Amino acid sequence: MDYSSKISRQVAAVPRSGIRDFFELVQGKDDVISLGVGEPDFDTPWHIREAAIYSLEKGQTSYTSNLGLVQLRREIASYVEDFFHVSYAAESEVLVTVGVSEAIDLALRALLNPGDEVIYHEPCYVSYSPSIVMAHGVARGVATRKEDGFSLKASELAKAITPRSRVLMLNFPTNPTGATASREDLEEIATLCIQHDLIVLSDEIYSELRYEEEAHVSIASLPGMRERTILLHGFSKAFAMTGFRLGYACAPEPIIEAMMKIHQYSMLCAPITSQVAAIEALQNGAAAVEHMRQDYQRRRDYMVARLNAMGMECHSPGGAFYVFPEIPDCGMTSKEFALNLLDSTNVAAVPGDAFGESGEGYLRCCYATSLDDIKVAMDKMEAFIESVT
Amino acid sequence: MVTDPLLKLLQTNARYSNEDLAELLTLSPLEVASRIASFEADGTIKGYQVVIDPDAAGDEDVCAFIEVKLSPERGEGFDKLASRIAKFDQVQSCYLASGGYDLLLVVEGANLQEVAAFVSQKLSTMSGVLSTATMFRLKVYKENGLLMRQEDGDKRLPVSP
Repeated sequence: MDYSSKISRQVAAVPRSGIRDFFELVQGKDDVISLGVGEPDFDTPWHIREAAIYSLEKGQTSYTSNLGLVQLRREIASYVEDFFHVSYAAESEVLVTVGVSEAIDLALRALLNPGDEVIYHEPCYVSYSPSIVMAHGVARGVATRKEDGFSLKASELAKAITPRSRVLMLNFPTNPTGATASREDLEEIATLCIQHDLIVLSDEIYSELRYEEEAHVSIASLPGMRERTILLHGFSKAFAMTGFRLGYACAPEPIIEAMMKIHQYSMLCAPITSQVAAIEALQNGAAAVEHMRQDYQRRRDYMVARLNAMGMECHSPGGAFYVFPEIPDCGMTSKEFALNLLDSTNVAAVPGDAFGESGEGYLRCCYATSLDDIKVAMDKMEAFIESVT
Repeated sequence: MVTDPLLKLLQTNARYSNEDLAELLTLSPLEVASRIASFEADGTIKGYQVVIDPDAAGDEDVCAFIEVKLSPERGEGFDKLASRIAKFDQVQSCYLASGGYDLLLVVEGANLQEVAAFVSQKLSTMSGVLSTATMFRLKVYKENGLLMRQEDGDKRLPVSP
């Protein structure tokens, strides 16, 4: 059968993920030190796992409300108010989802009509452009620059806005660059959004993992922005709960209602075991989060110093757990560099172009790996660079 | 809880070299060495020990936790008697505790008889010791924050977005 005629044009238009190709190569090798991972190296804190086990013992195995357990939504609303300084009604303005990934998909499908344009900053998380295309939108990437610490500047954003622009996607701190956005930059971006009547989809999954003195600012907390922002957050990164697949969206009721319509007919609800674990995380997880954050910070400082010393120039990223160094002048593309590095040293790092064209020339190195492994990886990388430059 | 970043690191791994610590704390190795020396000099750092899994080491020593009731002395409280007890080599740890007894001891010996002899001949015969209750350790699950049986290592996919 000719399956190419059976697959929808929308899906066929989405290229295969660059990360998947690289994954298959790495998986075929033994004893690889991987800086290519996109999740914490910590196991979920024990008290959270224990709460999940206890809920299973008690037989909490049913569906929950489509929006999520009321108790969890209340905890989320209170956490969001404390941490992001924006208040949402637990009953109608919070939707618990299967990770932020599902929330992004729901939001785009709820907002877009065919041909509507969505602007996002690049390099960015791999799902943004495909999710836009699959929701029948048109993806408009705005390249961010190393000189700006890969933050989005309002002047660059302004150039990408057209009469068809409907949504702006933000992700600070950013995967893969670790970029953060200052309050001033966000204020300028907010002004443009209000001017051009854009809805903002703000993916703030890394917001607890900040390493500089400046506190995290959510664009939703800026004047006039709550009504036009969908704040997305979850438990994967700060609480090391990636496999629990749990996230949430906070937004005005009509938007949550629209997202919930899709969620209830496709997902029904997020898994109850994960929801119970998340309640425990929000009630008692702060100390564990801080402990992990401090550990990441130490590793970041070490990795940034080593990379710069070996000629892999990079800024010190203010958040997340990624460093995005520039590949030194050696006549190789990101992909070639990553493949040669893997072949000759068994160190894996993801080529920057997997995160969009503007990532070409860079490498994503994740420091959510033990310091001992990071040290070995840095030694090997240093020797590799000496041999190719 | 210890808050000094240098002490915190040494507490997790006392074998970090000064160079390692310097890298982690963005200090120079010399600064690290001098800070450690001053911690040692002022008695903040008492020593460096290794945590051993007795099962893995084939260790057949006997370990007991002993609750001791004391009669406090005028002017001294429990301090004088507690320090006397703590000086015995058999006593690995000695704490003043709240609750139904006063001191909690961790006592080690080559065998049951050795621990029993310490309790009956030395400890309970001291004036001021009112009573003792001895509990023998059966198995170690965790020591100084370290689990004796580590969970499996990295279970993550080697590359993920």
